[in-house]
Amino acid sequence: MSSPAPSAPRTGGRDVAVVAFAQSNHTRHTDQLSEVELVMPVLHDVLKQTGLTANRIGFTCSGSSDYLAGRAFSFTMALDGVGAWPPISESHVEMDGAWALYEAWVKLRTGEADTALVYSYGKSSPGSVRDVLTRQLDPYTLAPLWPDSIALAALQARALIDAGLTDERRLARTAVRSRRAATANPHAQLRGSADVEDLLRRPYEVEPLRRHDCPPISDGAAAVVLAAGDAARALHANPAWIRGVDHRIEAHQPGVRDLTDSPSTRLAATAAGAFDAPFDAAELHAPFTAQEVVLRRALDLDDRVRVNPSGGPLAANPVMAAGLIRLGEAAALIHRGEAGRVLAHATSGPCLQQNLVAVLENTGGGTR
Amino acid sequence: MPPEVLSAPLIVEFPFTRSTGPVLGAFLTGLRERVVLGARGSDGRVLCPPAEYDPVTAAELTELVPLGQLGTVTTWAWNERPRPYQPLDTPFAWVLVRLDGADTALLHALDAPRHAVRTGMRVAIRWTEERSGAITDIACFEPVPEAADAPDAAPPTRAEAPPHDHGR
Repeated sequence: MSSPAPSAPRTGGRDVAVVAFAQSNHTRHTDQLSEVELVMPVLHDVLKQTGLTANRIGFTCSGSSDYLAGRAFSFTMALDGVGAWPPISESHVEMDGAWALYEAWVKLRTGEADTALVYSYGKSSPGSVRDVLTRQLDPYTLAPLWPDSIALAALQARALIDAGLTDERRLARTAVRSRRAATANPHAQLRGSADVEDLLRRPYEVEPLRRHDCPPISDGAAAVVLAAGDAARALHANPAWIRGVDHRIEAHQPGVRDLTDSPSTRLAATAAGAFDAPFDAAELHAPFTAQEVVLRRALDLDDRVRVNPSGGPLAANPVMAAGLIRLGEAAALIHRGEAGRVLAHATSGPCLQQNLVAVLENTGGGTR
Repeated sequence: MPPEVLSAPLIVEFPFTRSTGPVLGAFLTGLRERVVLGARGSDGRVLCPPAEYDPVTAAELTELVPLGQLGTVTTWAWNERPRPYQPLDTPFAWVLVRLDGADTALLHALDAPRHAVRTGMRVAIRWTEERSGAITDIACFEPVPEAADAPDAAPPTRAEAPPHDHGR
């Protein structure tokens, strides 16, 4: 960890809340849609929820990947769809939309805008996403070996099994729980699951992971609207206030890290105030079953906390949007009055290298 | 029925050359000569692959340490169906290997039967015949017969490597 431990809580700045969330119905293929066509209905949906129009948004921030689009500056196409004329204040991160949300949160906290539109999208279907993801790795020592995302996750899963922290049966239970939870989520791609015994009879993908331990390959998009202070209160009866949000990163080489632990998650959670009070639910961005084990340990989540009531990324995993969806689903629980305090987590990089933690609550005031 | 979708192949390229610098450059050049180098970190730990900056303190690292050709598997994953460009085209294990003299592990492939692979097993580097200064100069790792792993049988660099000492 290259950063010192956080000390005093952040003070000052304005309270910021999620006031709207929308997402696509995530699917395995969207051959007939461009990325712009994938994201536009979601943007219309999220703006309609607030009654805002694009020209009344103070700041726009998006997350996507040129490696999925197969062309440079691909986000400008989506931005044209949003409407960038007359000139708007906007930014883009080549990261999951959760990090775009973080940038927008900073913008609102500092008073540079009162509202923000955050969106992200990923269309994985044109290529082989598990191979494409090898291109995010160290170009000298890792990428030339083409270790795909499932292989790296399998190394992490083996380390967890060796350490006695999980086993294949418990991992299968996580898969079943997630995909059965997704039966209540009309946007999820995989809804429902065979039982554990059936799953354990199926072949390995990369041992010790079977297909059910891996996320589906998804095309999809998501968007949220953030608003500060009175603007948030005017836009939603139950704003989901962001009490804290922080992100931290670890060394890139998987062989430098203890793959059974996530000190970056714990550090981000501490800075976000996650350990100050218990949670009603948590939305964790753990694309592989074994990664939920790591995150539960880092976040001290016990069985009383509902984890991924939406089904989580095991039920739909649009790369670049799946982290933002965790924040959106967490906010939606508060919007609907189903939870008072929810943890949202997003990850990036191989084997949970980088992690973002946000704490959302139904009561305003006192943002850390 | 959705409309017919037009499609065409797209080759994405990264048409730049990069210099590798004093740490990775030395590591890659070493591989060409069948030598593996690690970098000594701020706390004395030896990192392999070497890092230019310490993963904990971010201090610039300059001291390079030759490592052994043998190592220990710290975790593994069985790859029954190798994918394009991966190190072997027959079933193999992905492994993290802590080379003798290093404190961190290197990712590579292990050419061994499934039943022989376990955490803690001893493995040795199998070099490619023609080496170019790349991580792929290591063709893969292979199991070490127990008799061959006696101290006398180890290559000289292993005996010279510093002992593990996390207390430094």
